[in-house]
Amino acid sequence: MDDYAAARSRSKAAARTKSIATYLLLVLWALLVLFPFYWMVLTSVKDYGEYNSEYIPKFYTLHPTLKNYADAFTAVPLGRYLLNTLLFTVITTAVMMIVITLAAFAFARLQFRGKNLVFALFLSLMMLPNELVVITNFVTITNANLRNTFPGLILPSVMSVFYVYLLKENFEMVPDNLYLAAKVDGTSDMKYLLRVLVPICRPTMITIIILKVIECWNSYVWPRLITDDPNYYLVSNGIQEIRENGFGRENIPAMMAAVVIISLPLIVLFLIFRNKIMSGVLRGGTKG
Amino acid sequence: MKVVLKDLTKKFPGRIKKEEEVTAVSHFDFEIPDGKLVGLLGPSGCGKSTTLLMICGLYKPTSGKIFFGEDDVTDVPPEHRGVGLVFQNYALYPHMTVEQNIMFPLGNLKGKDKLSKEEMKRRALEAAKLVQIDQLMDRRPGQMSGGQQQRVAIARALVKMPRVLLMDEPLSNLDARLRLQTREEIRRIQRETGITTIFVTHDQEEAMSISDLIVVMKDGVVQQIGKPQSVYDDPANLFVAKFLGTPPVNVFDGSVRSGKLYIGPDAVYDAPGLPDQKVWVGIRPEGFLPDENGPLTCSLKGVEVMGRDVSVISEHPGMQGSAIRSIIDAQSRVDTGSGVIRFRVRPGKIYAFEYESGKTLPLPGLEKEGNTVSWRAGEAQSGDQN
Repeated sequence: MDDYAAARSRSKAAARTKSIATYLLLVLWALLVLFPFYWMVLTSVKDYGEYNSEYIPKFYTLHPTLKNYADAFTAVPLGRYLLNTLLFTVITTAVMMIVITLAAFAFARLQFRGKNLVFALFLSLMMLPNELVVITNFVTITNANLRNTFPGLILPSVMSVFYVYLLKENFEMVPDNLYLAAKVDGTSDMKYLLRVLVPICRPTMITIIILKVIECWNSYVWPRLITDDPNYYLVSNGIQEIRENGFGRENIPAMMAAVVIISLPLIVLFLIFRNKIMSGVLRGGTKG
Repeated sequence: MKVVLKDLTKKFPGRIKKEEEVTAVSHFDFEIPDGKLVGLLGPSGCGKSTTLLMICGLYKPTSGKIFFGEDDVTDVPPEHRGVGLVFQNYALYPHMTVEQNIMFPLGNLKGKDKLSKEEMKRRALEAAKLVQIDQLMDRRPGQMSGGQQQRVAIARALVKMPRVLLMDEPLSNLDARLRLQTREEIRRIQRETGITTIFVTHDQEEAMSISDLIVVMKDGVVQQIGKPQSVYDDPANLFVAKFLGTPPVNVFDGSVRSGKLYIGPDAVYDAPGLPDQKVWVGIRPEGFLPDENGPLTCSLKGVEVMGRDVSVISEHPGMQGSAIRSIIDAQSRVDTGSGVIRFRVRPGKIYAFEYESGKTLPLPGLEKEGNTVSWRAGEAQSGDQN
């Protein structure tokens, strides 16, 4: 009995050591990952003068200030940029959802000539890196006289081959019998799509929406190329403006304040929906 | 609503272009009388589901016609045929409640048939009451047992008040006990509604137990149509005899010689009027009567007591398969000591089949009750009325 108790306490101690080690490593890792965020927030509350006088940047500040946040809004029209970005994100995501849902339904369910060929061409588009099509897109949009307009910003990103593919796979996981049953009941294809397929595949669709929102919010290269009128700047370009508007030296603390402001919505979004993002991806992946 | 199938044929193109087309159903001719429960029975791939889906309208026949009553519905799309279809795996919409599932078909009605929300709810409740799931209206399919889901599927098929109810393997996803219970339920619902019902199954017991008529199919060709008992008693060919009955019929290599039916050296039965030929002999398990002077001499391999009756396992040189299974009365004494058991054969439980075609040859003792429905349309109904 004593041996048993001793062995038990030994194995308990071993387990405790192991878990302490694990947590120590995790804490270290978390510190590493979180440090840039800390640096961002820290810099954003440092006084402009204080920041510039630090030869070696300090890891703390004794005089936190919110002035930089006000500067971020006054140095450039950050509010306007935020509104632009919001509009851009909402419209792009909404239009893209409509486009990819219809496309995925067509590929998953409808029969038409050349379906496999068209889909193969679609997939081959996925092999092309985005950078490759930036120039052609630029030429197309410029020729269409859409520079410095919302349609010019939005149009190139209302289609995503990958999301069509993901959604098509998801639609195909829904048993054929549901479709046949709906047919017997006289359901139109559109109604079947909206009333049956979309609700069943909602987790995947939510995942796609969130990923797309993040993508839109963070987009940089395309808006940078296609707009030079500040009225159409998105936040990503707006930050660049702060940098360029600085007197002599860049106003880094104000930039950081702007960065904090524009990352907040994404962080909040991610915290709310992170479970959904994972569940959608996992669901999409289980078909094999 | 009677359903008439006229020379119905369905061919599927081969998967590869050069491949020949596959004939799933070949020249199906049958008239299903109004208000009957008909079982389409056959092994996998015999074309029974294809037939069902053609009646439903999801498949277009390659040739032939389908009539509901007097209406030619061959080219009518499924939603205008007035059919209800129950799928093997129920095909319930997982994100909707039971009530929404049942109401779904009603929501598709257009024009003058359009129903108000209250009317739809009332009709859904009525259908749910019929299948006794009206307390579960707010559940989702995932929260219900297989049997309950099956009922929801039936209610959904019934809510439109279809002219014909079609069921594709309605019981095969249920466990054994539920299957028994649900098949009674299907019978009851069919009786109460009086809707002509066609169901597909590969389980002969299921088909025999609840159908008014069974249709036995093989390789797309109808083998026999008739009342369950008469198809069992009077199979049209070797395939039907083998397919119906558990334990299955015992098949022997036999021959007809000078008016006697022989299994090996044993003359087991009279076969008056039959020319000498090689035949297959089939004897139902219940057709064996232990008799010390019986003509069929078998070597005894084992006896299984099953309470009500006794299952005797024996061997005979002429048998096909691994053993002869016979079921005899528990009262009859079996002498296990000698290792030999002799049987005589109960009239009507022994069949002779043509060696090549497998067609049944006439033997005495098979009372022709006249209730076997031939598989020609027209004769079918008169046969049923007997």
